Amino acid sequence: MDSFEDTLRQLREAFNTGRTRPAEFRAAQLQGLGRFLRDNKQQLQEALAQDLHKSTFESEVSEIAISQAEVDLALRNLRSWMKDEKVSKNLATQLDSAFIRKEPFGLVLIIVPWNYPLNLTLVPLVGAIAAGNCVVLKPSETSKAIEKILAEVLPRYLDQSCFAVVLGGPQETGQLLEHRFDYIFYTGNAYVGKIVMAAAAKHLTPITLELGGKNPCYVDDNCNAQIVANRVAWFRYFNAGQTCVAPDYILCSQEMQEQLVPALQNAITRFYGDNPQTSPNLGRIINQKHFKRLQGLLGCGRVAIGGQSDESDLYIAPTVLVDVQETEPVMQEEIFGPILPVVTVKNLDEAIDFINRREKPLSLYAFSKRSQVIKQVLARTSSGGFCGNDGFMHMTLSSLPFGGVGSSGMGRYHGKFSFDTFSNQRACLLRSPGMEKINDLRYPPYSRRNLRLLLVAMEERSCSCTLL
Amino acid sequence: MERQVQRLRQAFRSGRSRPLRFRMQQLEALKRMVQEREKDILSAIAADLSKSELNAYSHEVITILGEIDFMLANLPELASAKPAKKNLLTMLDEAYVQPEPLGVVLIIGAWNYPFVLIMQPLVGAIAAGNAAIVKPSELSENTAKILAKLLPQYLDQDLYSVVNGGVSETTELLKQRFDHILYTGNTAVGKIVMEAAAKHLTPVTLELGGKSPCYIDRDCDLDIACRRITWGKYMNCGQTCIAPDYVLCEASLQDRIVQKIKETVKDFYGENIKESPDYERIINLRHFKRLQSLLEGQKIAFGGETDEVTRYIAPTILTDVDPNSKVMQEEIFGPILPIVSVKNVDEAINFINDREKPLALYIFSHNNKLIKRVIDETSSGGVTGNDVIMHFTVNSLPFGGVGASGMGAYHGKYSFDTFSHQRPCLLKGLKGESVNKLRYPPNSQSKIGWAKFFLLKQFSRGGLVMLMVACLAVAAAMIVKEYL
Repeated sequence: MDSFEDTLRQLREAFNTGRTRPAEFRAAQLQGLGRFLRDNKQQLQEALAQDLHKSTFESEVSEIAISQAEVDLALRNLRSWMKDEKVSKNLATQLDSAFIRKEPFGLVLIIVPWNYPLNLTLVPLVGAIAAGNCVVLKPSETSKAIEKILAEVLPRYLDQSCFAVVLGGPQETGQLLEHRFDYIFYTGNAYVGKIVMAAAAKHLTPITLELGGKNPCYVDDNCNAQIVANRVAWFRYFNAGQTCVAPDYILCSQEMQEQLVPALQNAITRFYGDNPQTSPNLGRIINQKHFKRLQGLLGCGRVAIGGQSDESDLYIAPTVLVDVQETEPVMQEEIFGPILPVVTVKNLDEAIDFINRREKPLSLYAFSKRSQVIKQVLARTSSGGFCGNDGFMHMTLSSLPFGGVGSSGMGRYHGKFSFDTFSNQRACLLRSPGMEKINDLRYPPYSRRNLRLLLVAMEERSCSCTLL
Repeated sequence: MERQVQRLRQAFRSGRSRPLRFRMQQLEALKRMVQEREKDILSAIAADLSKSELNAYSHEVITILGEIDFMLANLPELASAKPAKKNLLTMLDEAYVQPEPLGVVLIIGAWNYPFVLIMQPLVGAIAAGNAAIVKPSELSENTAKILAKLLPQYLDQDLYSVVNGGVSETTELLKQRFDHILYTGNTAVGKIVMEAAAKHLTPVTLELGGKSPCYIDRDCDLDIACRRITWGKYMNCGQTCIAPDYVLCEASLQDRIVQKIKETVKDFYGENIKESPDYERIINLRHFKRLQSLLEGQKIAFGGETDEVTRYIAPTILTDVDPNSKVMQEEIFGPILPIVSVKNVDEAINFINDREKPLALYIFSHNNKLIKRVIDETSSGGVTGNDVIMHFTVNSLPFGGVGASGMGAYHGKYSFDTFSHQRPCLLKGLKGESVNKLRYPPNSQSKIGWAKFFLLKQFSRGGLVMLMVACLAVAAAMIVKEYL
């Protein structure tokens, strides 16, 4: 019997009373989340600055505002999302009622990483709550300042019989995962993703895994190098590169590289000044472990821009590496830091082969003046999401589902997709006791004539009727 | 086995299975296969389940033909990019979700409806543009053999293949890497499949089972209820994942229910059930013996005859069943119908909720409010009110379980979606860089305000709105250029 057993039992009991079902309850919880964000904005910004040296701009735009927007979207649409979804019927069921009922699963576990600790907590949480579930939240122990606020402040804004925060490291998380949940939502890396899925398998718990990978960024020839450089640099160095959807590496021709590198330097200087370490707009690496890991990668290829690091500050300069070989460590793991390798390829085909030789990434980027090039990259590759001529802007549209494929993950969320992810889609057919004459067709003793008539009755209205 | 999967993956990588025309050709070939080789298919199914060919047709083949026709009619729409709502900043861009195939999928079938449980998922996998390996159940030997014989004759052999075998072949197959696995079967193996899938981060659809409860309210048309329940329970000799597993009702209804079901059984199968061509047999000796043991110590109100030689078990009803007895502990999957008495619908709901979430739930009542209440206060994969099984036949409804009865769903559009990756795409141009200046450092408070406005407001398509917004965007870009 471990420390989680009681908590989980209580949450399950609360769920079984039906408390989380009414729209009013869910809306009240969502409003609580909204108030949490508004009341504690200052503290949240400070915590994010403390954990990741996040600038106010980044905190606002990528953590607080996005979370707020999801809360608002859910509040606006809750009732319509909750409605039974009517579906089309066949002749035999014409007088019946056929619909999909969206139901909560029950007890949901949300495991959060450290890189966008507020956003990656709140956005799934909004979905889970809107869908009527009880939630156990496991924030990352690595982003300590936010973890504290989530553990101590957030519960005050929610009904604590239906929501709990659980703290701990890998060992505690492992213990937690031995328990049965009705849904598990995990954001993090593939290695732990496999562990989560294996644990979920023991209870047949459905899951969403938001993982990562190396997001390729193909840059075609004849692009305006400065525009490309601005965009790539911003998305790469945002949050000091610790973004699952950041462009991980560039693929371009030698000629393009020669234009891109000075343009990147230009962009970096413009964004962060001559000494980026003094810029308030550049984040820091989360901890020693990752700092050392990234420091090691600085030795790959040749440093064309940046390359400086300062352990006492967990600072790594916005860096661009060139002459990078596919076999070097920087091309073997997801970088998750402010280092951008450039790999040269002869042409588009080589770039596409390069991409397809590797695991399907979470995001894929292609920059080109020619829409056929963009469309080709799209058609010949696969990835969680795709953006042409920009970085992870596709994430800001909650009308687009966000998730991975292959080793970058399974399942998706954001906006209505969050609600659907945390809901069981229950197929319902309510028949009338009448119309038994038609039903007689299906009963034994069977006959060919009955079969023919039955076939007609079973075809959907929209299809053309064919009698055997 | 690794080489076989590799071969399929190569073929998939060549891109051959992606064009819609190719997929439709394969689906049309499948349709031809079902129509031209109907005799062989029906006799295989009939042999496996001691089923009449007529039954085999209506239980299995109809569904496949319907599914193929659905896909042929709807594929262009299903495979098309779906536009998404945009915000101010992306107003002039293209935003859509593009369905794509996953790659190589594995479909593991079950023995109770051996043809449809392979073919229906396969139709979805092909429609979605994947390569596929199907692994029919070895218990339904004849169907497994006929599938292995026919599918390569009609389908592209580099993209679709059949693997037959038992536990060791399946285990070997599960070690390989697939892009999706759809498994139909029982909970225990479902866990094994998901665990194997976890090693490769392969998403899974698990169509499992459980005990599907059937609540009969005192205020219902008992004649019709019993007729319908008899049909759903004893079809395929009870070996149906969504058969009404057991009945919950008030004690006072028990005798009448028994009487009416008894009468209906006679209508359906005649005086000598054993000789009815419409009554099937138990798949094998192991299951026969298992079912026999469920009868021990039970009050048999009707039926109960068994014959090991032919694996015949009569349509049987048990009354006053103890909820703790063996027959109430596992999915019956046979022609035995226990009746458990409850005081009222409250008790029925509690009874249901004390147990694992079932694949299907049935409620018979004239009172729509009561039906809605049972639905509201329980959970299950699917529900049919005032009938049984039928929600399976509406292919605009997703078919799947929840909790121990499974995860994921398929049929119709849901098959297509199950075997696809819905990829969000945002296509921008390289112009409009001045608006982007809003987001670049060095940052300022006013920039934050603008960024939030542009990023987080969403607009639906509407000509006037677009115009207004476009003007706003232009004005904003001009302001931005001037002041930032």
